[in-house]
Amino acid sequence: MKWIGAALLAGSLLLPPLFAGDFYINLASQILIAAIFALSLNLLVGFGGMTSLGHASYLGVGAYISALLTSRYGFGHGAAALLSIAGTTAMAAFFGVIALRASGLGFLMITLALSQVLWGLAYRMSNVTNGDNGVAGLTRPAPFGISLDSPISFYWFALIVATFALVMMAIFVSSAFGSSLKGVRDQPRRMAALGFNPWLIRWITFVYAGFWGGVAGLLYVYYHKYIHPTSLSTTSSAEALLGVIAGGSGTLGGPAVGAALVLLLKNYVSAYLERWNMLLGLVFLFIVLVMPTGIVPGVSRLTTRLRGGVR
Amino acid sequence: MTASTFSYALEVVNLKKAFGGLAVTQNVSLSIRPGERRLIIGPNGAGKTTLFNQISGDLRPNSGSIRLFGSDITHLPPYKRAHFGLSRTYQIITLFTGDTLEHNVTLGLLGLRRARWQMWRPLSFYGNMTTEARRTLDAVGLLQLATHPISDIAYGERRRVELAMALAQQPRVLLLDEPLAGLSNTERATVKSLIASIPRQTTVIMIEHDMDTALDLAETVTLLNYGRVIVDGERDAVIADERTREVYLGT
Repeated sequence: MKWIGAALLAGSLLLPPLFAGDFYINLASQILIAAIFALSLNLLVGFGGMTSLGHASYLGVGAYISALLTSRYGFGHGAAALLSIAGTTAMAAFFGVIALRASGLGFLMITLALSQVLWGLAYRMSNVTNGDNGVAGLTRPAPFGISLDSPISFYWFALIVATFALVMMAIFVSSAFGSSLKGVRDQPRRMAALGFNPWLIRWITFVYAGFWGGVAGLLYVYYHKYIHPTSLSTTSSAEALLGVIAGGSGTLGGPAVGAALVLLLKNYVSAYLERWNMLLGLVFLFIVLVMPTGIVPGVSRLTTRLRGGVR
Repeated sequence: MTASTFSYALEVVNLKKAFGGLAVTQNVSLSIRPGERRLIIGPNGAGKTTLFNQISGDLRPNSGSIRLFGSDITHLPPYKRAHFGLSRTYQIITLFTGDTLEHNVTLGLLGLRRARWQMWRPLSFYGNMTTEARRTLDAVGLLQLATHPISDIAYGERRRVELAMALAQQPRVLLLDEPLAGLSNTERATVKSLIASIPRQTTVIMIEHDMDTALDLAETVTLLNYGRVIVDGERDAVIADERTREVYLGT
């Protein structure tokens, strides 16, 4: 059964470029980017028990650094990408120290506040960020001389990065450190009594999540060839959080499914409905009522129940 | 470093703690020798668990000091105290309910090992930890349930897992907070013999209300009331003391 699922997944990821039109290939690329972003947020929310409402900071800053370095300061894509990831990770290290002074609701409010500061800066520091006009006229990199300008080539690029990200995050959460992290999520006091340093475990995870948030930001800016302060907005953070919760926080595949759902609703429904947010709300409500732990855990429970019934 | 080179395993000196105007620990001093079995008794609200929480580092005392084998641990965070050889159990069972018994005990082992920072190897890579966790589960008579999640097992069995997590750490000083609470008579007998079999390298300090069982395990007894040490000494002397009868035995 697991193999069938894996084969279906591989098929759905590998086949689209062969027959689908550019519109769908681009949509698939966006889903991959949103999935990396949601997966990185899930390290905090699902595995660390740290609900952040400011994760867009890492996507946005990662994107802005690359955009500004390449368009304004004449950096090549390679150096800009390295500096962008390093900068985003360093920012996560700093923000982590501030946000982890609190937990629960306090943590959520601090992450929200920090991301609002960045969002405000992106708007107001228009001499650097070009404010509300955003940074336009960007280019995509050409790794090893391969141009990523066509939808298909970008899709393959995004698929490779997303697969690598998924594998790296899967290794992280299933490692011994991952066990420490889940323990701290469930019983922080007990874990401290057993010899674990809860603060440091959370902080390392926060930084790692920021790193992958930055990677998602790089792909985001490569894809759109444009960056605007809305990428740093609370809406951007909230959509990712919605994807994580809808798909199933604390599972590996859940956030990717949730992110895909949010993106599809946004792209499809907004073409027909002005108030697509309303439908998103209804879908979310439905998921929370029917499958409170999220789509992936909910569906897997349903299939085991159905199979049990057949036997 | 053997335990006998120190005169005291745990020394608490003039410990004070107040929650607002409520003094819960008032000038408490304790000196417990390596290998000693100490029972701490007192009515509800006497400040027994609060004292434990200060020793384990969950609570910061307002003043006074705590020494573990001669080292001042008063200002150390809880996780550092664990690395100094201090373990504890909780009155309210604090386990990882979704995980297996084996995983729970393994976390106790992982907490003291560098592997807890290992970011690419799974816990299952460390086979020796699993073996040791299973050995400890065997010692508390739960090996046959090792791969069951905590949510599957009964309350009395959870009490024993609680104990196994601490025992697996082979602590120098073990704090047991009501290890018999809520157990049936048969379960009490099992846990009692478990506690009795703890090696002498481990100093045991126990809070317990069940005097019939606990007194058999204790060599020395401390009676607390309203956050103060009322009587402190050899078991029989404390039991015979008039103040003990007055405060606790209520006769």
